[in-house]
Amino acid sequence: MAKTKIETDHGLNVRMFFTGLGLVALYAIIVSLMLRLGVSTVLVIVIVGALIFSQYYFSDKIAMFSMHAHEVTPAEEPRLHEIVDRLCLLANMKKPRVGISEMDMPNAFATGRSPNHAVICATRGLMGRLNDEELEAVLAHELSHVAHRDVAVMTIAAGVGMLAGLVSRMAMFGAMFGGGGNSRDGENIVLLEMITMLISMVIYAIAFLLTMALSRYRELAADRSGAILIGKPSVLASALVHITGDIAKIPRTDLRKSEGMNAFFFAPALAGGTAATIFSTHPSLEKRLDQLNKLEKELNG
Amino acid sequence: MGLRDTLFGRTKQVAPNLDNLFALPTAALTLESELDLVSSGQGGLCFKSGSGESTLTTDEDIKQLLDFDETNNKVTLTTDDLGFKWLVVTDPDFEALVTRVHAANTSMVEHGLGPRLLCAVFGFVAKTPPGEGSVRMVYLLKQGTFYPFAPTGATQRNNELELRVQSFLSSDLPMEKDLSRWMALWNLPVS
Repeated sequence: MAKTKIETDHGLNVRMFFTGLGLVALYAIIVSLMLRLGVSTVLVIVIVGALIFSQYYFSDKIAMFSMHAHEVTPAEEPRLHEIVDRLCLLANMKKPRVGISEMDMPNAFATGRSPNHAVICATRGLMGRLNDEELEAVLAHELSHVAHRDVAVMTIAAGVGMLAGLVSRMAMFGAMFGGGGNSRDGENIVLLEMITMLISMVIYAIAFLLTMALSRYRELAADRSGAILIGKPSVLASALVHITGDIAKIPRTDLRKSEGMNAFFFAPALAGGTAATIFSTHPSLEKRLDQLNKLEKELNG
Repeated sequence: MGLRDTLFGRTKQVAPNLDNLFALPTAALTLESELDLVSSGQGGLCFKSGSGESTLTTDEDIKQLLDFDETNNKVTLTTDDLGFKWLVVTDPDFEALVTRVHAANTSMVEHGLGPRLLCAVFGFVAKTPPGEGSVRMVYLLKQGTFYPFAPTGATQRNNELELRVQSFLSSDLPMEKDLSRWMALWNLPVS
């Protein structure tokens, strides 16, 4: 990957480093836990490795499938291709494949195991809601994800959680079927394995939270690089307001086509709740806007 | 829906709530003073055509029922491209318009068409064109709540204007708080 004009934010790097360090520490704890358990470590590693690898290797297909997205040619989507072409020239990057998702929800994503296999996707809802400048800002953010190799980073990070989950499951089986053939009596072993299970549950929870935190930092980093790339942080800020604020919730679906969805005969099904930011993969809008405001000042000052 | 209804997969047919319509004239004053929007003189009712449970079988029956005065051209019945029926009422006097739409609603409910009513719509346009564009106030009969709909193209809507309308009207009208229910009504016959 050629170095681009994208500068680094040291505070963000430090925070990301410590989050990564936390994840590595968790790895160490899990490995020692498995050794203590005496399960066939090799087998566990092989299984988890295969799972993580396939998730990583097929990331583009998995993401495209789950978002109902398909690849498009420049003839089909000239507007989208033109913007991506321009941005790639600007950032000195190889042009990724370009896709479109038919969903009305305004969103964009980048996926693919490496910059050479990357796909950058926008939903119809996003393209309908944003003007060219704002769309460019959002795509710059996604291209930064490609340049930062975020799919690889996040897959590795999420792998820890999966590993912990697997260990807890093995421990559960151990607690159910284990107990024979050892010099200790059965009760002790059951107790031990129950504790092991509990610990790996806690580890899983911590790994989950750390992964989410890391993801939020990567988002902020992509915001930053994207904004610097187009040179106009305020445009990305305005795009974010359009797609993450209240406006994103207003549908473009027709009332007459949504009969199935409560419009006719039903009392409201579920009220939309808000999830706490600690569980979310994206930082809050305020945090992102705050960062972009600071950048705008830096660039102008 | 209660827990038991959820468990047994039952849905209740919700009766339309009509009384909130009478809060509209006050809201119209707010719209005029804050956003320079005035009534377009048109209001409408959207319902699904269907068979059964109603004594009103043909369009003529419905029309006869709703033509209360002799000036027939003030009430029209059209079918839109999605197969929904629209009763469009034209009256330059906004309060009279609301009363007529409310009366039309009431008589449709009395004739068993209540469950098929989808929404009532009132058009608002800029007092001094072009202004900021036009807004339709949509009334969800089942929920008893209003929301603004400001189309700017075939499938484009002015969300900023809609949110501004909501912020100004939230004290006058029961506005729909769940923004994901602010469904669009593309190409509707009420201007």
